[in-house]
Amino acid sequence: MPHSYTPGLTVSERLLLHKRRQLPIPGSVLVQVGDPVKPETIVARAELPGKVHAVNVANLLGIAPDEILEYMNKREGDRVGKDEVFAESKPFIKWLKTEVRTPAPGTIESTSTITGQVLLREPPQPLDLPAYVSGRVTEVISDQGVTIETRCALIQGIFGIGGETWGELTVAVQNPDDSCPPSLLRPEMQGKIVVCGAFLGADTLQRAQELGIAGLVVGGIHDKDLRALLGYDLGVAITGTERVGLTLLLTEGFGAIPIAKKTFELLSRSVGRQASLSGATQIRAGVIRPEIVIAREPAGLTGDDGRSDGRGTARSGIQVGDTARIIRDPFFGRIGAVVGLPADLRQIETESWARVLEIALADGSVMTVPRANVEIIEER
Amino acid sequence: MTDRPLSVILATDCGSTTTKAILIEKKSDGYRQTFRGEAPTTVEAPLEDVTRGVLNAIAEVEELSGRRILEGERIITPARPNTGVDLYISTSSAGGGLQMLVAGAVKTMTAESAQRCALGAGAIVMDVLAANDGRLPHEKIERIRSLRPDMILLSGGTDGGTVSHVVEMAEYIAAAAPRPRLGLGYALPLIYAGNRDARPRISEILDKKTALVITDNLRPALERENLKPARDKIHDLFLEHVMAQAPGYKTLMTWTGAPIMPTPAAVGVIMESTAKRERINLIGVDIGGATTDVFSVFNGQFNRTVSANLGMSYSISNVLAEAGLAGILRWVPFAIEEQPLRNRIKNKMIRPTTIPQTREDLQIEQAIAREALRLALDHHKTLATGLRGVQQERTISDIFEQRATGSSLIDMAALDLIVGSGGILSHAPRRIQSMLMMVDAYQPVGCTVLSVDSIFMMPHLGVLTTVNEEAAIEVFVRDCLVYLGTCVAPVGQGKVGDSCAKYSIAFRDGRQREDGTLQAGDLKLIPLGPGERAHVELKPTRAFDFGEGKGKALTREVTGGVVGLLLDARGRPLTLPADPEVRTATLKRWHQAVNLYP
Repeated sequence: MPHSYTPGLTVSERLLLHKRRQLPIPGSVLVQVGDPVKPETIVARAELPGKVHAVNVANLLGIAPDEILEYMNKREGDRVGKDEVFAESKPFIKWLKTEVRTPAPGTIESTSTITGQVLLREPPQPLDLPAYVSGRVTEVISDQGVTIETRCALIQGIFGIGGETWGELTVAVQNPDDSCPPSLLRPEMQGKIVVCGAFLGADTLQRAQELGIAGLVVGGIHDKDLRALLGYDLGVAITGTERVGLTLLLTEGFGAIPIAKKTFELLSRSVGRQASLSGATQIRAGVIRPEIVIAREPAGLTGDDGRSDGRGTARSGIQVGDTARIIRDPFFGRIGAVVGLPADLRQIETESWARVLEIALADGSVMTVPRANVEIIEER
Repeated sequence: MTDRPLSVILATDCGSTTTKAILIEKKSDGYRQTFRGEAPTTVEAPLEDVTRGVLNAIAEVEELSGRRILEGERIITPARPNTGVDLYISTSSAGGGLQMLVAGAVKTMTAESAQRCALGAGAIVMDVLAANDGRLPHEKIERIRSLRPDMILLSGGTDGGTVSHVVEMAEYIAAAAPRPRLGLGYALPLIYAGNRDARPRISEILDKKTALVITDNLRPALERENLKPARDKIHDLFLEHVMAQAPGYKTLMTWTGAPIMPTPAAVGVIMESTAKRERINLIGVDIGGATTDVFSVFNGQFNRTVSANLGMSYSISNVLAEAGLAGILRWVPFAIEEQPLRNRIKNKMIRPTTIPQTREDLQIEQAIAREALRLALDHHKTLATGLRGVQQERTISDIFEQRATGSSLIDMAALDLIVGSGGILSHAPRRIQSMLMMVDAYQPVGCTVLSVDSIFMMPHLGVLTTVNEEAAIEVFVRDCLVYLGTCVAPVGQGKVGDSCAKYSIAFRDGRQREDGTLQAGDLKLIPLGPGERAHVELKPTRAFDFGEGKGKALTREVTGGVVGLLLDARGRPLTLPADPEVRTATLKRWHQAVNLYP
């Protein structure tokens, strides 16, 4: 196939990233082109329509739905407070009167003479959109959001949990293949993003939650610990909305797998810098990978920047000399250099015919693996 | 439908990840599928134009066939010697396919009919709302608001019946003010196919808040469903709204000679046409990375379901969650610890394009596939039912056997053909692996033919059916389906080693007759090649029933395939030994009996 595509995750030290920040519904943009922003700067705001309460007035008053308007004290569009009487019966004897009170403050949205139902809408909730990264506004999309340009280092992970967060970057371990026991997490790491090596367990996750650590970056965790963290078995990899008190990014996958050396070195060199972390992952149409965006200081630093819109780029294919990671058993997690790309199909142990490549590992051994089972570590 | 005379047809299917193009040509022996090409789908960033992937896939067909099809970015029509095509058609499931929310008045009646209608149109149903679905009003409104469907189908009430329930649902939808998945600034399409008498009120409530389209009631009477008008409207709106919002589709629509269809709808069309033409009952399954679609035609009645979260890559972890670890492990012929297995499954989920490299890995994937297939069929059985809520006249003869309304239409004993599709079935290293995965998951009884889709061209052929049915069916039967063979299995259970049946097989090619005894727990594979036929006679013991009654003989003409004739006396229902050691030994014995793995 001439258009083969091998997926890759970006690990880049110098990048000019254009991050689009968009509201889920139209609202107002609060910044202008050229404005400098920090992660916590609110760049746009929208009003989420308030929660709706349905009250079946006809049932509560024991009347026919088409009589409801005669019993209403309030009309569509009227504002009401909590526990306010908005409908009542009209008996001959006053103490037999039945009152219907509002369950929440808001506005009477509709009164139905077919169902006898009144819909009450609570006041709108403001929705603030933070910049998430440091940088400068380069584009304003009217009523929707902005594009922010930032000079940064960017590392994409393979899987994450939790929403956007930011904080100072720190490293808890000495080496990429070290595991991170709870004792390596210290109180001064509160509000920071902590790099944890090859593996951390449920006890370390719990300790991080207790300390108020903003985010964790780690090679891998066990599936059972993820289940314990979430409280359920994650069936489909669509994440980013979990509320577990921290954001988690796996660079490699499930199991104890050392963080790729290049990634770990880049993270270690960035200790003390401001980092933005997102756990949002979607491994289906519209692939989203979790990421860590590390601000480069000083802000105006120039260099051999690549450019990215943060949404990935298409590669023409894998090449000899590329650094790649094996992503399937039996050599899962091993990293090496591509040394051969045989053109013909080869039969593998399962008896399937597959396109393969030869990869030289750090110990000098050369493995033949299906091309589908490697991932290029993109170096830009 | 008038078949158009066509000699060269080009068809593409724009899937979520891959765009597949096939070339169909009229040869001296009829229509044949001749070349195929594929390229990554380009709906998403960075290219965001579906036509790029289509052109790349076509370019590959050009390269392989030597036929010039493209002139720049234009498809050359009509066909001339070695240049151009007479017709270009396409299906699409890119960008997650057609996602719908359906609502009805009563959960098991109009809401269920609306669900069947949306599924039959090729949609993924995100949720089914009903006045009596057990959720409180504010929960319903929150749910509608949180989903971002491509369109909504609202039904409710029979014509002339009560209007209040369906109006109530309309009020909830209006209050939620749902937004479409694609296109921030346009109104969400909503099809109203409910009680005719409620139309004025529905218009009043929803006209300003949605792009309202009104069509015939899909359940005009309790005893009758009328799904076609609403289904046609779904297809119209799919093209006008959903496709028009997807990147590049406006251009693609100008290239095609027939409307672009949602991929599953096209697969449904070819299944339905085949079952009707051959007068058979069939089950079709397409097990993908994210979803598993099941199609069935029993006694001419078509049904489709999609299990949105049962699949072999993106959703593989959900198969584990639904089947449970024990459910999967029961099919694995070796011992494996829980933690590495769970990690392995999660790693497949986050790296969905990887393939098994070792035999053990393959066996685990095929074990998971069995459970995904089984769960998806269970789901299908609950929806492929007769109409619920229908009044039945009882007679004296019903005293001993009364059936409730809404019982499943799926009858494994009346099933003639199973068609399997999707990578795990179509690309299994040995065809017997595909056959046994389907036999284990579905447990067919009596005589059932099994087949797989060779290169997933059912969508292309489905859309071709709407233009030239003859061409579509010819290619479907000759080039699309790979016949695996016939499975013969009785209902009943016995102790391993007990006698199950005596069999006698007379081959049409003059081979020596094969006689023998089938013991309970046996799995026997008898060579019977594609197109070969044999006369089978089975005389079961009193504990077993091949479809003729317990202990009664079955005589049948069976057809072969690339695998052969499978005699399955493992029992129905198929139960595996509880003891792990005995179970793995049993699995190994079966696997060896049919030469399942290297």
